[in-house]
Amino acid sequence: MAAKNKTAALQRRSVVKKILANRGDAAVVTGIGNAIHDVFAAGDDDRNMYLSGIMGGASMVAFGVALAQPKRRVIVITGDGELLAGIGSLATIGVERPKNLSIVVIDNQAYGATGNQQTHTARGVDLVGIAKASGFPRAQQIEQASELDGMIETIYAGDGPYLAVVKVSTKSGPRGDAPKDGTLLARRFRAAVAEDS
Amino acid sequence: MAKKAAAWHWSQDVHKIFRRIGIKQVAYVPDGGLAKLIDLCNGDTTMRSVVLTTEEEGVAQVAGAWLGGQRAAFLTQSGGVGNCINMLSMMEECRIPMFSMVSMRGEWGETYPWQIPMGQATVGALENAGVIVHHVDEAERVPETVEAAAKLAFDGMRAVAVIVGQRISQSGGRG
Repeated sequence: MAAKNKTAALQRRSVVKKILANRGDAAVVTGIGNAIHDVFAAGDDDRNMYLSGIMGGASMVAFGVALAQPKRRVIVITGDGELLAGIGSLATIGVERPKNLSIVVIDNQAYGATGNQQTHTARGVDLVGIAKASGFPRAQQIEQASELDGMIETIYAGDGPYLAVVKVSTKSGPRGDAPKDGTLLARRFRAAVAEDS
Repeated sequence: MAKKAAAWHWSQDVHKIFRRIGIKQVAYVPDGGLAKLIDLCNGDTTMRSVVLTTEEEGVAQVAGAWLGGQRAAFLTQSGGVGNCINMLSMMEECRIPMFSMVSMRGEWGETYPWQIPMGQATVGALENAGVIVHHVDEAERVPETVEAAAKLAFDGMRAVAVIVGQRISQSGGRG
């Protein structure tokens, strides 16, 4: 069954653009799929690591960066399907509690890359509840534009780990030509993040 | 090689190597064959030891550590290697160093049949996923193998696994 939340108020591209508008020196790790295009559309940056594979791995890649770079904010921008594929990561991160890690789930309740089939979040699975029960000091669901400013403040300034689940429409927007070469992406990221700290 | 004192365990030398080469993150799933090394890392405040819920988290963490400028070690049992295959595609596609140690089950004198399929598939699975494998079956040779594998990983920029043979741990009878 296809997802039904086409009417959700928030649009993913504009939400991510707003999140990254004043990113400072933050590093960003994306999950596979539309999250790459969300982040690329907000502005390419050497400190963006676009993961075009390893579904379920984005949060733990970002966790490794966050431990290595404790003074830098590390932000995951990923989809609900991607996070569900590595759901145990929330338990690991909840136990370790890296203060500088924020995970933003752009939750369209659908697998956009394969035809918008429903994910488990469309059928009642509560990612915020899982994060809280795993030890995240803060986790919240965002549904209204009026809630975005508070969320963004917590993403950058709160004591993490923080999980925000942003309910968005399944409509996405145009896709740019985000770089896919992993070797290139990894080296430019490391040069910008690790060798500039 | 001269026999070392009875109290000696290869884990002590490996832990010293970890310190010397600057391992700062240790990602692991609890394991019998690597238990002493895990304990030494857990007791060392110069490195952050992280318990995982499943092994593929460790591959992703190790990739992130390198992206953030730190060296990491990933410790797993052979039974967990199968969980890692898709994550290993990041090491190959991005050519990110991975230093890992895999303790074997399902191999030397195994008496627990459910360990045998994955144990027998471990080396092939790793090699198929692009990981260079160093197999060691004598305790005295573990430290030098770790030393060599770490060079290959961090200086040669490759994914490397040190397979610690079941002949060393002799842990053939537990589930």
